[in-house]
Amino acid sequence: MSQKPFLLAAEGLNKSFSGFKAITDLSFYLDEGELRTVIGPNGAGKTTFLDLITGRTKPDTGTLQFEGSHDLLHKNEYEIYRLGIGRKFQTPTVYTDHTVFENLLLSLGGSRSVWKSLFYRLKSEDKDRIESILKTINLTDRAHWKAGALAHGQKQWLEIGMLLAQNAKLLLVDEPAAGMTDEETHRTGELLLSLAGKHTIVVIEHDMTFVRQISKDRRVTVLHQGSVLCEGSVDFVQSNERVIEVYLGRKSKAA
Amino acid sequence: MNRPFQRRESIIFFAFALLLVVILPLASSIGWISPFTLNTWGKYLSYAILAIAVDLLWGYTGLLSLGQALFFSLGGYMMGMYLMLMIGKLGQYKSDLPDFLVFLGHSQLPAIWKPFYSFPFALLMVVLIPGILAFIFGYLAFRSRIKGVYFSILTQALTYGAALMFFRNDLNMGGNNGFTDFRFILGADIRSDGTKRTLFIVTAIVLLGVYAGCRWLTTTKFGLIQRAVRDSENRVLFSGYAAANYKLFVFVLCAIIASLGGSLFVTQVGIINPSEMTTQKSLEAVVWVAVGGRGTLIGPILGAIGVNSLQSWATRAMPDYWLLFLGAGFTLAVLFMPKGLVGLPLQLRNAFVKYKARSAADEDAAPIPSAAITIKPTPSPSSSPSAE
Repeated sequence: MSQKPFLLAAEGLNKSFSGFKAITDLSFYLDEGELRTVIGPNGAGKTTFLDLITGRTKPDTGTLQFEGSHDLLHKNEYEIYRLGIGRKFQTPTVYTDHTVFENLLLSLGGSRSVWKSLFYRLKSEDKDRIESILKTINLTDRAHWKAGALAHGQKQWLEIGMLLAQNAKLLLVDEPAAGMTDEETHRTGELLLSLAGKHTIVVIEHDMTFVRQISKDRRVTVLHQGSVLCEGSVDFVQSNERVIEVYLGRKSKAA
Repeated sequence: MNRPFQRRESIIFFAFALLLVVILPLASSIGWISPFTLNTWGKYLSYAILAIAVDLLWGYTGLLSLGQALFFSLGGYMMGMYLMLMIGKLGQYKSDLPDFLVFLGHSQLPAIWKPFYSFPFALLMVVLIPGILAFIFGYLAFRSRIKGVYFSILTQALTYGAALMFFRNDLNMGGNNGFTDFRFILGADIRSDGTKRTLFIVTAIVLLGVYAGCRWLTTTKFGLIQRAVRDSENRVLFSGYAAANYKLFVFVLCAIIASLGGSLFVTQVGIINPSEMTTQKSLEAVVWVAVGGRGTLIGPILGAIGVNSLQSWATRAMPDYWLLFLGAGFTLAVLFMPKGLVGLPLQLRNAFVKYKARSAADEDAAPIPSAAITIKPTPSPSSSPSAE
């Protein structure tokens, strides 16, 4: 490893919740600019893994390094955010009582200090940025709706838009296609593909059509029982015997 | 966001300012309103300031603090210390010391009392003491991420603890009798009608100022974040905001607002003692907010004035049943007016629209039941397009 350090390097992570091992000796490396898809059956530890990266929970053991120099274990949620790690939750988490526009405004990069928030005035560049994001996520005509009034798929997009507004280096996207129509799913895929390269993205997903769409020639990681089962191209992963076993629930003969 | 005062709102605001600051005091000086009534309304206005503090925390930030009565009383006590010293030798014991200190056997003024001869110092303490207490308590609570009902319980415990402390005579704060029998404020006779009128005007100005300030605050980006914390604190954290700092700011601000209300209260009511410092008092303020309309700034003012005037009427009109009456009123308000008095016009309008739509639908649907009796395969009423 003589080249650039990994953007994200997780080594030997363990996390158990009152006896249940959610993450077992997990190691995971991510290069800058990658679009990595993480799949795995329910309870494989995918969301817990994102919780560990974003500081929502702390691992029992292991290390988590961002850009080679930042130790994520000793930072809390908003400090990790400020390093440039953004997250979209599995269930859309937007401010339901705020308008779509205000949701994006609160997510725009920039100062997070109490004092500055008191005297903040909407600058035209911020406005333009929000409008261009609204266009990207197809919510221009909903800008002044309360986010709570949006359809489920639109909330998902709004939350993706909030990630875009943040302009994060690393985007962690948990099940973006859940609750979307096929067409919306496809558009979400295109959106993520257009961001790849500029940002580093980790996508957690169940929908295999969607996974195939976004991970052409890219790496897919399969999690199972809290650790990496297998890693490689979609075709490789899908033809892997152990992956099939895990997904189809077939017991190996030896066991 | 950053909506300035809209025109209609400014007009209403100035109309109220005129009413409170000019018309009512004028009416009282000509004798249309008795000094007693004006004084009572002054008390309501100081309660309204407390109610705004409760709502800015509860309605806007999602923090149900049961400690606001504590901050309110602290403001009262700080002002009360000044007023006690202004009695001078006119007390029962004809001493420079406040009566209760003589009674406790003091011959010299305790050191902490001395600076309170100065009115500006007392005002400064009205702001600082509750502010610092709220900062320390809030810092510890929010850093440990104490939320929801646990936060309420802790603020309740803080209030209870403080009340127990103030009940003790050796705190030199008047024990369970507290402070009373005030004579002068800034050289003026505190019991004269003129001074009472002035105090009413000052209270009205402070209330209007607090209202305008909070109105401004809620339209800033800070206000957006404040409500975001209320609705989804997780998202706020994952959007890079240190939610604890925002909560701390609001908590300290609301402690100071409540304290201002308390300092004005004590000048007009003429007494402050630890019974003002109870969770029950905090809860009363919560009720005013709930009745008036949580999450609005007009609501707490309406609620504080409405509930308190109802209460003083009820205690006279039905001395035996007024608590039952008030209790029933609160229960009904909470059950049937989720948005409080402020939301009532809209609620009534919606109900009226619904009623009209239904009666229109009934007229159209009237022939259907008679047709349905024939049990022929007639179109079922539910498929009638006129409904909804």
